[in-house]
Amino acid sequence: MSEVIVITSGKGGVGKTTTTANLGAGLAQLGEKVVLIDTDIGLRNLDVVMGLENRIVYHLVDVIEENCRLKQALIRDKRYPNLFLLPSAQTRDKSAVTPEQMTRLIDKLRLDFDYILLDCPAGIEQGFQNAIAGADRAFIVTTPEVSAIRDADRIIGLLDTFGMRKYDLIINRVRMDMVRRGDMMSIDDVVDILSIDLIGVIPDDEHIVVSTNQGEPVVGNGTVAGQAFSNICGRILGQDIPFLDLVGKRSFFVRFTGLLKRS
Amino acid sequence: MFRRWFKKKSSRTIAKDRLRVLLISDRVDCSPEMMEMMKNDIIKVISKYMEINEKEMDLHISQSVTIDKKGYSASICANVPIKTLRGKHAELSKTRAGQKPSCP
Repeated sequence: MSEVIVITSGKGGVGKTTTTANLGAGLAQLGEKVVLIDTDIGLRNLDVVMGLENRIVYHLVDVIEENCRLKQALIRDKRYPNLFLLPSAQTRDKSAVTPEQMTRLIDKLRLDFDYILLDCPAGIEQGFQNAIAGADRAFIVTTPEVSAIRDADRIIGLLDTFGMRKYDLIINRVRMDMVRRGDMMSIDDVVDILSIDLIGVIPDDEHIVVSTNQGEPVVGNGTVAGQAFSNICGRILGQDIPFLDLVGKRSFFVRFTGLLKRS
Repeated sequence: MFRRWFKKKSSRTIAKDRLRVLLISDRVDCSPEMMEMMKNDIIKVISKYMEINEKEMDLHISQSVTIDKKGYSASICANVPIKTLRGKHAELSKTRAGQKPSCP
């Protein structure tokens, strides 16, 4: 039984694409057969974050318009034999696809894959509606900032309106040092305000920038952010994984660097 | 340290408080025009029975703890200062007018 998850946020730039890429890689590492669909027509990005930008021949709109077979458009990630990408079209606009067409495409993919992850465009227009149309559950990515949280709340309201019942929160770019200083909302604050279930917390980690530069996922490379993403993957599979102790880890780090500075 | 605790609110608390208020009006989806219309209608209704201080009247949407105390819900809070009670209704609502108008 396959599961279709849409990764959405409302606000742009909070890490939807990075999250999609890393959850995809993480699930593939755990042996699941995964396809990632970039639904941001006109502004494709998932391909470049995954380092597959040079291998695109056909794209989502080609598949929908039947210019090619579905299998021809799927790009296999050479690093993970179970991971595929269906890239978005760069030269078309959002109206090229309808929610019904997306649902039909996803139903076809359900036959072949365990997990289908949809990278949703920012905003609440047609692109958002296309992305959530065929999904079983949603992950709402937010950062501990007022603008991102406000948009996340709006998205939750819209998901309710569209009849999506299962959604979870991912809080990205948390800086525990700032939370401790009282200069950033804590995980509890955000969960309290949005009052939805939390499935993952990703610390702000410069390794994400480095790995995105290289077109590689952080998951499984031993970084804190990578660990946070693999934990989410485990939770998707139904495992009971405790949240990372970011406070402990950071304070040790801070103490350590403090020692170095002093000596 | 003490100064930060007692004099200045942390930006974290400010953000949280601002969001609480903001999300309520977002969720209720109530425009300022609608609030104004609602306020005028409330003034009309109450003015039938008592004289109120329209200028000092305040109507806003706020957050209150739900009855089960597990979450928050939105509520409309109207603060209507009464000037004097009118004629025949005066006796009827004497007790109520004695109370200071307040929000829950």
